[in-house]
Amino acid sequence: MSDHVPLLEMKNVAKDFFGNQVLKDINLTLESGQVLGLVGENGAGKSTLMKILFGMTEIQETGGYDGDVMLNGKKLHFTSPFDALAEGIGMVHQEFSLIPGFTATENILLNREPQKKSVVSEVFGERLNTLDRKSMKQKADGAIDKMGMHIDGEMVISDMPVGHKQFTEIARELSKEQLKLLILDEPTAVLTEREAEVLLESIRGMAARGIAVIFITHRLQEILNVCDKVVVMRDGVIVRDVASKDTNVSEITRWMVGRTVDSDTQMHRKPPETRTIMSIRKLWVDMPGETVRNVNLDVREGEILGIGGLAGQGKLGIPNGIMGLYSAGGQVTFDGKEIPLNSPRTCLDSQLAFVSEDRRGVGLLLDESLEWNIAFPAMQIQNKFLKNYLGGLIKWRDEKAIADVTRQYIEELQIKCTSSRQKAKQLSGGNQQKVCLAKAFALEPKFLFVSEPTRGIDVGAKALVLDALKKFNRENGVTVVMISSELEELRQICDRIAIVSGGRIAGILPATDSSESFGALMVSKVV
Amino acid sequence: MNKKTSAPSGKSITSFLGENSVPIMFIIIVAVCIPISGFSPKFLLNEIITRMGRNVFLILSLLIPIMAGMGLNFGMTLGAMAGEIALIFVSDWQIWGIPGIVLAMILSIPISVLMGIMCGKILNASKGREMITSYIISFFTNGLYQLLVLYMMGSVIPIIHNSIKLPRGYGIRQTVGLLNMRQSLDNLLALKIAGVKIPVMTFIIIAVMCLVIVWFRRTKLGQDMRAVGQDMEVARDAGIDVERTRIISIVISTVLAGFGMIIYLQNMGDMATYSAHSQIGMFCIAALLVGGASVDHASIGNVFLGVVLFHLMFILAPTAGAKITGDTMIGEYFRVFISYGVITVALVMYETKKRKAKAGMGQMLEAAQREEAQSDA
Repeated sequence: MSDHVPLLEMKNVAKDFFGNQVLKDINLTLESGQVLGLVGENGAGKSTLMKILFGMTEIQETGGYDGDVMLNGKKLHFTSPFDALAEGIGMVHQEFSLIPGFTATENILLNREPQKKSVVSEVFGERLNTLDRKSMKQKADGAIDKMGMHIDGEMVISDMPVGHKQFTEIARELSKEQLKLLILDEPTAVLTEREAEVLLESIRGMAARGIAVIFITHRLQEILNVCDKVVVMRDGVIVRDVASKDTNVSEITRWMVGRTVDSDTQMHRKPPETRTIMSIRKLWVDMPGETVRNVNLDVREGEILGIGGLAGQGKLGIPNGIMGLYSAGGQVTFDGKEIPLNSPRTCLDSQLAFVSEDRRGVGLLLDESLEWNIAFPAMQIQNKFLKNYLGGLIKWRDEKAIADVTRQYIEELQIKCTSSRQKAKQLSGGNQQKVCLAKAFALEPKFLFVSEPTRGIDVGAKALVLDALKKFNRENGVTVVMISSELEELRQICDRIAIVSGGRIAGILPATDSSESFGALMVSKVV
Repeated sequence: MNKKTSAPSGKSITSFLGENSVPIMFIIIVAVCIPISGFSPKFLLNEIITRMGRNVFLILSLLIPIMAGMGLNFGMTLGAMAGEIALIFVSDWQIWGIPGIVLAMILSIPISVLMGIMCGKILNASKGREMITSYIISFFTNGLYQLLVLYMMGSVIPIIHNSIKLPRGYGIRQTVGLLNMRQSLDNLLALKIAGVKIPVMTFIIIAVMCLVIVWFRRTKLGQDMRAVGQDMEVARDAGIDVERTRIISIVISTVLAGFGMIIYLQNMGDMATYSAHSQIGMFCIAALLVGGASVDHASIGNVFLGVVLFHLMFILAPTAGAKITGDTMIGEYFRVFISYGVITVALVMYETKKRKAKAGMGQMLEAAQREEAQSDA
């Protein structure tokens, strides 16, 4: 076997983004005609690994990677995806990369159209060749046949159901003759069950034709059905690399979520058995990439409810929809009154507050001082920090009160800043997050949505933010709904955790339940 | 090129009305104005045919940038200036008639290409704001044009004939007479049918141009432009040189606008040196929009319908206005008001349509949920 060279070999691949290690010590091999299933939680490093393999420019821009990637024993040096394409590596991305007004055929052969020469093009250059529609159709139909799923080559992309768009992209890769290795990044996410089966069948067909496939999905059963081997990633390393016939769904789930022994030293109180303060019925939210479908959920007064789930499954859509940032429908009752949707002001007036996951876009006035950032919503919405003159006819800002409250929060949340007049954009991510929280706290809400409060901040800041939330809940009796991708942090502070999967609530469990049962819920309804 | 999928018939009538509301509105206005104005059909037909010959080519020059996703290109004014500069030289050299027109067209090409490349590069630096940027570029270039024509011609650039020079010895006069060139293209092979003059040669040129545009859409370059126009990122990922493609589309548009301006001015018979180009972009774009085009979609059919409706409006409005109110100024005011109004309405409708498409997603979600509830019950 010593002279055998695998199609793809990765040796000691590592990658850091400015000192933040996201991949280390990645070793894997793949043979022609093999199907490799790549699984892992969000942030485990799957996408980064595939970006390295596909030569995405952002890898070079952030300082390249360590280790070797070899194709047929030859070391690769990709500077752009075009190099990867030339070597026979194709990738189907999660977002569609299709021209909406073109037909499937035109998209499949985009920029690789067969052409006919004419007198004009002899004089003025190749770009004035006319397209050879007939052989375009032949080639595209050939690729569609190879795939095994029938799609109409003459149909315009914007008229297609979403699954057909996905198939069009796959056909585009298949139409490239030099294709040796195809990367499919969650291709079944948008497919119906029936379509997904067809896709799995066509993956088997590709493998039989000698094409190697790397298949990324959250639907674990699919991996077991179609892959030769499974590679499980967690926190930037490969934790398992096994033949798929030797494993099962629950085992993979455990490897993915990790931490088989629960270091559950957290003091969990008994979930409060109080009245329902907010009830959500038949909620839909049209938030791109985070669609929510038919969600029913009850929140109890005074609890901390966690909402978890994989990225893109709709957990972020719930607060954004209720608070009126994205168009939504359904019924939401808060404290006995119905909250009209698509109306952010009414939500705020009913003493709901929201700390957005988009802290630079929605959360902060980047060019303004901390004082302004913290006091602004309270001033706008509740007329706080204002001095009234002439019986309220003239309102002046109460600068002293603003400075006092800002100083109080700076101390309480340990916001690192030079003064309370420093501009928000000059703070680090973690401190910006604290300002967002302070801003919400200053509103003194009855109910607080916190969306991804620890995203992109370091461990120390994380602990502080979580403690502040917990304290706010315990001392002021404020009901908190926290949305996070990190199950462990939800389990640290929440009483109950609802898991969203496929835009719906897959289940609600007490935070003390095992990681595995949460993991199972996360992938249960993935669409 | 307009491949529309068949929708249920009830819906398709309302959507047809919705998509063509601007032309329909104008057809109604024109239909009301014709009897009020009291013009004879023969007069109107004559006017329309003359104005079609005069304007269609200019408006055709707008089609290619729209295809490349660069919106309504006010940069065509640059081409118009190039055409005017060429005409100044040709009339100074006293080359008249068809040879003069052909020479002017040839002369305009390098000037147009140069200005097109400049405009294209600037537009590449301001993607997504092509319309307003090209509008401002046209003002800026007007300054350069004045510098060239008002100060450099006759002083730096030799101008022989005093008849087109300002009395002070340099600079070009307010008007340059093109009397010896007047309608020489239109009169070539001209036919007169029942008192209506048809400029056959001009129409042949226009027909050829339409065929060229149809052919162009089928070329690789045309396909690339359509791809770039719909999604720059996807096109770039597929290996299409987006920036270059966009510059080429602007250059083609500028060159065509130069030709269009020469055809326009030979019909008029004289040239207002400093103002002929100033409104031309606005009127061409208004005419195209009246014909039912939008910021991201325009066809040859839109051009012809637009020219007919917009110019009927131009002819009818002053008279109809005078008949109704007894004041000619009202009609004059009305037609300027209309052309700006049309552009505004078209832009607003474009944005509304985009927003509607977005809201549609939510409605689909709601419907899907309702179906689910029914199937559960």
